[in-house]
Amino acid sequence: MTRRTMVLSLAVILSAGTTQACRKKPTPQPVPVMDMGASQHVADSAAVAARTRRTADSLAALNAAARDDAPKTSAEMRALLSQVVYFEYDRDELRDDTRATLDAKASILAANTGVSLVITGHTDERGTAEYNLALGQRRAAQVKRYLASRGVSEDRITTQSLGDSQPASTGTNESDYQRNRRAEFEPRNASGTLVRPRS
Amino acid sequence: MIYRRTLGALLLVAAPLAAQDTTSRGVRIGLTYDPGSKPGIVVLPGRGVGADSIRAILQRDMDFGDRINVIVLDPAAAGEAARASAPNWAMLARLGAAAAVQVTPTAIGMHVAVYDVAKQTTALVKDYPAPAMAETRAWRAAVHGLSDDLEESLTGTRGIARTRILFERGKRMWTVDSDGEQVVAVTEPGSPLVGSWHPRGTAIAYSTYMPAAIVVLDLVTGRSRALASGNGVYFGPVFSPDGENVAYSHGVDDGTDIYVSPFAGGGQRKVSIGRGSDNVTPSYSPDGHRIAFMSQRAGHPELYTMDADGTNTEPLTLDFGENVYRANPDWSPDGQRLAFQSQFGSTFQIMTIALRDKSMKQLTSDGRNEEPSWAPDGRHLAFSSNRSGVKQLWILDVETGRTRQLTRGAAARNAAWSPRLLN
Repeated sequence: MTRRTMVLSLAVILSAGTTQACRKKPTPQPVPVMDMGASQHVADSAAVAARTRRTADSLAALNAAARDDAPKTSAEMRALLSQVVYFEYDRDELRDDTRATLDAKASILAANTGVSLVITGHTDERGTAEYNLALGQRRAAQVKRYLASRGVSEDRITTQSLGDSQPASTGTNESDYQRNRRAEFEPRNASGTLVRPRS
Repeated sequence: MIYRRTLGALLLVAAPLAAQDTTSRGVRIGLTYDPGSKPGIVVLPGRGVGADSIRAILQRDMDFGDRINVIVLDPAAAGEAARASAPNWAMLARLGAAAAVQVTPTAIGMHVAVYDVAKQTTALVKDYPAPAMAETRAWRAAVHGLSDDLEESLTGTRGIARTRILFERGKRMWTVDSDGEQVVAVTEPGSPLVGSWHPRGTAIAYSTYMPAAIVVLDLVTGRSRALASGNGVYFGPVFSPDGENVAYSHGVDDGTDIYVSPFAGGGQRKVSIGRGSDNVTPSYSPDGHRIAFMSQRAGHPELYTMDADGTNTEPLTLDFGENVYRANPDWSPDGQRLAFQSQFGSTFQIMTIALRDKSMKQLTSDGRNEEPSWAPDGRHLAFSSNRSGVKQLWILDVETGRTRQLTRGAAARNAAWSPRLLN
């Protein structure tokens, strides 16, 4: 064991100790698998975690609003329909927070059968321009499949991809890339008053 | 090659043999020079309006061709070498020239003389038509055509000066002459991404992503039409070598596959069997029998080949090393290798893979280098690189590694090298 790993292990033990002091029942943490470019992966994971937290927070607020008897406005529902979802690098799999967001969209779509949705897949700039078009399309299609599995008729959903051509953020950090790996939603026929979904 | 060069003097006599070295259009003159080197050529100054421009273009074209050692003289020496009565043979020999070329503008074009320095004779005299110099683009094309002819006469291999490179810049498609001049927009502003040339150079196909479509543009009439369009994505069209078909990538909700449409128009046919994966960027083998493409069916982007009808798919790069992102294959004109880009850390480099033994060669290392496209001579590659700070097109001689910047200004990408052009 090198000195560096010893120091690291110590740090892990120490932090584990602190956690233990705060919690009654410590659950064993999965050991993160580090491969090459470890620092990039740490940055990636941190960014992903932050993103997940933020989305979870806003979802919690939305869910609270839904449980509340306060009327959910059409504007709020439109905002939910348009809420962007995010993906991992070179992946089209849906994350847990994405599924929650899509469930909320599916409920609104179920209550408003006249509304349709255009889903546009986007990627970060790291792959090739052409493959990124395909990857963006695959992301949009994955989202469509999930919404269909939640009862939304497929003919109400159109998919398209803009690849890496329209980044949400033009920087080159992982946080920028994370913001760019996304699917955007454009509700159609949703300008009037929307029916609130039954909870 | 060396064999041919050594026998150069003999080939003058053995005319049928010499004919095998050239296309039907050209005649090779058998120069005498060190077989291990490139023939030294002096372009003598000519007389008349435009002679200096022609000389400058010829010198640059032959230099860019990488098969000729262009011996550039200062003006005084050039004047001495081209004294009025006859070329200064002794001086040309001292300079290491195997031949000298002199072009004189005429009323209808260019009068060309090629001198064999070792034999102290005139090896070739020929008149070339050319448009008026004021018609800059066509006139330059005529001079480039002369360069290619001369290169064929001098080395046995036709040059690539009269070619253009199609590329994307600022949401338009452009062409640039092989020497970096004549940057001309060929589409209106829109969302074009990448294009390719009809094998006769008379049309291009390109894709747009907003709306998603494959568009073909007739370069003679200027008319364009959608070959395929609709939901999802369409991109990366390439012509089959016989010009009959266009292959491209298309996908909606079940992955992206390679499709083929007749160039004349008509229904699209799906050829790759991706089963929900992404299968993109087709490139035909020169005989038209196989298609190379990139697929992420194994979980990450790698190169594959298949028959042109989609059968007999074989992985090409699946078993190599730690890098797991290979893309944009372009089949070489001699059919023996493919150029492609491979991921190295956070960047891409241009590589080739030989089909015979799958041996790979890394050709670039400076900056991010992408989208290689072979010149019709199978020796030069155009590609995009950000090595100068902004993404630009560059040209690489794969035999010597010599590299030059082709475009300047706003960012440029997705180079597609034309076939040899007729005008």
